[in-house]
Amino acid sequence: MNLTLHVWRQAGPNDKGRFEKYEARDISEHASFLEMLDILNEELVEKGQEPIAFEHDCREGICGSCGMVINGVPHSKQKAITSCQLHMRSFKDGDEIWIEPFRATAFPVLKDLVVDRSAFDRIIQKGGYVSVRTGNAVDANATPIPKTDADAAFDAATCIGCGACVAACPNASAMLFTSAKVSHLGLLPQGQPERYKRVEAMVAQMDQEGFGSCTNHGACQNACPKSISIEYIARMNRDLMKAKLLGSKDD
Amino acid sequence: MRGVLALYQSTIGKKVVMAVTGLMLVGFILGHMAGNLKIYQGAEKYDAYAAGLRELGKPLLGHYQAIWLARLGLLAAVGLHIWSALSLTSASRKARGTGYKKFDDVSMSYASRTMRWGGVILLAFIVYHLLHLTVGTVHREFEYGAVYQNVVLAFQRWPVSVVYIVANLALAMHLYHGIWSMTQTLSLTNNTILRVRRPLAAGIALVVLAGNISIPLSVMLGVISL
Repeated sequence: MNLTLHVWRQAGPNDKGRFEKYEARDISEHASFLEMLDILNEELVEKGQEPIAFEHDCREGICGSCGMVINGVPHSKQKAITSCQLHMRSFKDGDEIWIEPFRATAFPVLKDLVVDRSAFDRIIQKGGYVSVRTGNAVDANATPIPKTDADAAFDAATCIGCGACVAACPNASAMLFTSAKVSHLGLLPQGQPERYKRVEAMVAQMDQEGFGSCTNHGACQNACPKSISIEYIARMNRDLMKAKLLGSKDD
Repeated sequence: MRGVLALYQSTIGKKVVMAVTGLMLVGFILGHMAGNLKIYQGAEKYDAYAAGLRELGKPLLGHYQAIWLARLGLLAAVGLHIWSALSLTSASRKARGTGYKKFDDVSMSYASRTMRWGGVILLAFIVYHLLHLTVGTVHREFEYGAVYQNVVLAFQRWPVSVVYIVANLALAMHLYHGIWSMTQTLSLTNNTILRVRRPLAAGIALVVLAGNISIPLSVMLGVISL
């Protein structure tokens, strides 16, 4: 199939950037979206032009690198996939595709479609961990965990930190990401000793990075490649209120 | 108090303030609507209800005291609601920075997308409504204390009725997303609430809409007349 692409090109963080139009010719419907970009890039290189920079790593939907906004939706309109899991069979011959980087002040564009998501790393550094005594590995299942808690924690833990929630949110809010990380540990017994310190520190860092606030649209959970629910946002709100208003402290 | 201020520093805290003040305003709106439905009982009872509001809390409180306390409370709630909204909106604008060329917002409801401008419309309407039926400066035949007559004469002018009906449609949408949003912000999300919060928000919004617009409609259809 043949496609017309409008791709955001930006030479570096300080470049103004602009859309460039490209024609992608003879693309197989079995190609993935990123393979389509690879094919286009090979052509660009042959013509002596700068290839389109985009981030990618595992190409199987678990690393969270390949975020881009495809026709106005992070990771495209297809539900619960990352950009690398998108296949060209979801497009028709002659389609026009707009490809943009994730837009947020906290995610500055480095080049073309690549953004700097270190803000997420700094949020994780504030509390996305549990402190444990080192020594021999603890036996698996040594600490009993109710099945519902384990499931809820696991669903939160499926977050791959791709940033689609921020990109989809009209306020560029990082509430879904932060709440998934807060809840993942806060639901487990191992996460209890630092539960309230964690939520206070991670929310403070999230605000400091310049992410917007939540207006409960639910755009984030629709864009999330792992379909993480905004119920985790409510859970994080509760933990923060407990910490700030009731003075709930970790032991 | 220190806890409240500490919480207010965060974006989540400002949302909590919006949710709590919003809840107070929902309570007022329901009471306001329920009271105004007494118009169907006739001029005498309706005017007596209005007069009774001014003497509320008697004999502990004097003439107009309870009503002014309530007004101050509502003013504070509206003020904090707007202040938080402005502060969060400006932060959110900055957080996006460069916008998208193409942005698909179909995953959001019409009610959620229109919260901010809907709020501005409601504020403008509240100012008009107070000048119209409380103070009376923009009402040609306003007569102090003759509440029934003021309402009927007002709604006999169809443009006035249209303004009230449109404002109530905006209110219903604001309530629909606002009430749902409040359960999320205040984390009222046990399994029962999770199941009922959408229908509950829609139900309250529809009840308020039906109750409020029934009055201008009844006047225009001649169900209520002098």
